[in-house]
Amino acid sequence: MTCRQSRGPLDRGVGRSAIPRGASLVLLCAVVALAGCERKSGARSAPGLGTGGGSSEATEILFGEVASLTGPEATFGQSQSRGIALAVKEINEAGGVLGRPIRVITYDNQGKPTESAAAAHRLVVRDRVHVLLGEVASSRSLAMAPIAEEHGVPMISPASTNPRVTEGRQWVFRTCFIDPFQGRVMARFAREELGLTRVAVLRDVRNDYSVGLANFFVDAFTELGGTVVSDQSYSAGDIDFRSQLTEIRAKNPEAIYVPGYYTDVGLIARQVRELGMNVPLMGGDGWDSSKLYEIGGDALEGSFFSNHYSFENPDPIVQGFIARYREAYGEVPDALAALGYDAARLAADAIARVGSLERAAIRYALATTREFRGVTGTITMDDHHNPVKPAVVLKIRNRAATFARTIEP
Amino acid sequence: MKARVLESWAWILAGLLLVGLASAVLPSASQSYPMYVVGLAGINVILAVSLHIVNGLTGQFSLGHAGFMAVGGYTAALFGTQAISEYKLMYISEPVSDTILFFLATLLGGAAAGLAGFFVGLPSLRLRGDYLAIVTLGFAEIIRVTIENVEILGAATGLVGIPPLTNLFWIFLWALVTVLFAKRLQESTHGRALAAIREDEIAAEAMGIDTTGYKVRAFVASSFFAGVAGALLGYYLTILTPRDFTFLKSVEVVVMVVLGGMGSISGAILAAILLTVLPEALRPLREHTGVDLRMVIYASLLLAMMLLRPRGILGRQEVWAMLRRRRKSPELEVAP
Amino acid sequence: MTEFFQHLVNGLSLGSVYALIALGYTMVYGVLQLINFAHAEVFMLGAFSGYYLASWLPAFQRGPRFLVVLSLSMAICAGIGVVIERFAYRPLRNSPRLNALITAMGVSMLIQAIGQLPFFMGPSPRFFPPLLPNRSLLSVAGVGVTTLQAVTLGSAVLLMIGLHRLVFHTRFGAAMRAVSFDGRTAGLMGIDANRVIALTFMVGSALAAAAGILVGLSYPRIEPTMGVLLGLKAFVAAVLGGIGNIRGAMVGGMTIGLVEAMAVGYGSSSYRDAVAFGILILVLVFKPSGIFGKAVVEKV
Repeated sequence: MTCRQSRGPLDRGVGRSAIPRGASLVLLCAVVALAGCERKSGARSAPGLGTGGGSSEATEILFGEVASLTGPEATFGQSQSRGIALAVKEINEAGGVLGRPIRVITYDNQGKPTESAAAAHRLVVRDRVHVLLGEVASSRSLAMAPIAEEHGVPMISPASTNPRVTEGRQWVFRTCFIDPFQGRVMARFAREELGLTRVAVLRDVRNDYSVGLANFFVDAFTELGGTVVSDQSYSAGDIDFRSQLTEIRAKNPEAIYVPGYYTDVGLIARQVRELGMNVPLMGGDGWDSSKLYEIGGDALEGSFFSNHYSFENPDPIVQGFIARYREAYGEVPDALAALGYDAARLAADAIARVGSLERAAIRYALATTREFRGVTGTITMDDHHNPVKPAVVLKIRNRAATFARTIEP
Repeated sequence: MKARVLESWAWILAGLLLVGLASAVLPSASQSYPMYVVGLAGINVILAVSLHIVNGLTGQFSLGHAGFMAVGGYTAALFGTQAISEYKLMYISEPVSDTILFFLATLLGGAAAGLAGFFVGLPSLRLRGDYLAIVTLGFAEIIRVTIENVEILGAATGLVGIPPLTNLFWIFLWALVTVLFAKRLQESTHGRALAAIREDEIAAEAMGIDTTGYKVRAFVASSFFAGVAGALLGYYLTILTPRDFTFLKSVEVVVMVVLGGMGSISGAILAAILLTVLPEALRPLREHTGVDLRMVIYASLLLAMMLLRPRGILGRQEVWAMLRRRRKSPELEVAP
Repeated sequence: MTEFFQHLVNGLSLGSVYALIALGYTMVYGVLQLINFAHAEVFMLGAFSGYYLASWLPAFQRGPRFLVVLSLSMAICAGIGVVIERFAYRPLRNSPRLNALITAMGVSMLIQAIGQLPFFMGPSPRFFPPLLPNRSLLSVAGVGVTTLQAVTLGSAVLLMIGLHRLVFHTRFGAAMRAVSFDGRTAGLMGIDANRVIALTFMVGSALAAAAGILVGLSYPRIEPTMGVLLGLKAFVAAVLGGIGNIRGAMVGGMTIGLVEAMAVGYGSSSYRDAVAFGILILVLVFKPSGIFGKAVVEKV
């Protein structure tokens, strides 16, 4: 008898399986067929599939939304989705646009660019939407943009800040400012307002937003006369940043620029304090979430971040939005919800302005947007389809964001 | 002997005919959503069949397929953004030049991936089943982390601006090549050696088979096709990001091979198509229920398979072998 | 120079986390020769059960409250571990090892997927309540150690010693070792292999839960995917130390933690994740049995 038998990797030992081959095949095909049945009914409910849902005779307006509802940035996708949903609900309650209601078709992309492209493709080619909305992350918007360009469907990204998303394209727009501007905002604030000369940077190397923003900040800060004393990286999802922070501590900076997502920033802030550093942290709009204060606690006191809007803005548009969002979802909206809201409203406004559902007309209306009053500021599209709008810098006091300064472009 | 040669030629010609006919008749992938999904399914077929060469035929459990896909994809894509976007061959029109260069790019991607397969395989293939799985996973992660840090590959943003040169024809053609290669390999002496390694490696070594050499060769072949698939994907999506090549992607391909039956090419093809269509078809489910159950279904499917029918749908059977037996005589049917 | 010692402290504290999780991997592998991919998910469930328990339990004294939450979580996860073993692994006990490996992957994926569903835990990260205060324990010449870092390190060492005693100085431990050597013969000797394996999973899962709570306290952000990368690195630690060897898991964990801290500190922080895998590859290429492992000769 052998001491320990080495087994081959295939199914040798098991003599019989619980399900015979034919049955398993039939079962699987049934699952796919059932799912396929779903698809058919889904198609029937999309109006004018045969005649083309994008025609001007359509009985409802279709917004196609691609969002990361699952995956690592699920909270952002959900915020975007809620903002859009709220806007559409309000517009429909007020009678819709051109007498027609808006319907939003939302597809999840699991946080992956491949899925974003597939979802955009489906929305554009099969569901024949009038406007494409999405995405939050620039890499995913970049996957969607060529599809919008190829098929001539206007696309609005609520929150992608990488300039390449709209660069050189005819059909892609956004409602947020771009990273070159945002990086510069914080650099200016650090130099002019806080008078800092030595800053360290801690970026999320896995996140294109963080890397881009960090680069622009570094460029602007050095241009304005400051020095970046240390430049470290982490990966989204890491829990331990002590090694990087120890290196930063050795260089004695006056502040640390952490342009990452709130999910990591909270922990980073804690560890900064645990290592005995009392310098303020600075960041970008990725910080914006109520969870930031939950995780970061008192460690964030005295830190700053650039954002699209401030809760304290007395403008009735902002306050009204915050109140209605709170009522609908039970929590305070973050910048992504606000941007999603603005994107949907901008699309509806463009359609109303041009009075037509022709995609080319909608595109024209978007490109010529002037002084559109959104929650996140007044939007006027520049030649690159990017809005020219100011950013606000917020200071964290008592676990809440308070207004510090507006920085104009 | 003659019959076998004729049969192989018949297969190749029939296959080519089918490919040509299909790509001519079917609507293009960019204009039709179902065709877009068919294209994705084709790429997954290449992935599944190439992984089958290592996991199914040779019995070595590799969890790093996404890494080779990434190597091939990024190499081809880099060639595309640097060369194809800027230059064209002399004396030929641009579209033809683009197509030729695209074909070259795909080959280049495959070759790079094959090379990576060689360097990964050589040290790893001496390891036992579970260890090999983790090591290949480790290599794939290292590849991915490296890509995230290299500017010229786009880092975290991804490689953008790849010319959209993949169409159904190329996907079908490469799928055909992969399947034919795997089938010929499986039915050859070389393939029998691989099967022997799968069944009992020590006995195979005792029989005089250079197990390491065979295993590494299988690995290289598998990585080559994975690289081709990656290249095709890059030119299909016009953007490649490291996010597309995580451990999860490797697991997806493994699920396809396991589901179809480790040891069956037709099983891998079937499962690849099934598992590409399923998530796409389930999309409306999310709209109706508000919850995305795709990953749950995926994982449950895998578990159900392993617990109820571990050999997969087709086990080690091939569709063509089953058909042939049925034609000959029912008494000759060998128990699966 | 301060930096070096601070890196040392960081590395050891991170390493103790890896060691805690690695202990569970090494135990199960020792007995079943199975890489329990689901171990990382049990770790995550431990952290979450601690989170939910802390919010449901009425508030009372900090110290005892922590112990109550810890023991309850460990019990819950022990139960989960037994259930996983019973329904996912036991049916495949006599199947080729590969099938069990794939099943383990499936269980891991399933738990993660279910955890991310909105009616369970949802994908957004939660804040783990501070059941124990995290203050600076001592700060010498710029090098700081916090209370929680000390607690984590201390727990890891204690648990390792406890486990070692269990395996080498008790009857149950002898049974475990017998089953790991040859399950069938152990059965002939009157050992109920099923019971032993179930209990092994219980202990391993309880350890994972403890690790989950400690990690939740030290790094107060928890989410359904928190186990994935930690689990992989902990597995690397177990292999480095010699899989199946308890001391090895401890040493392996510490080593990986230290090397990572040094690599980030003196090398490039963006390649951090590649470090653990690089170590794995080196180990498996040059000494696959690990630091404390012995090369097992496979008899045919």
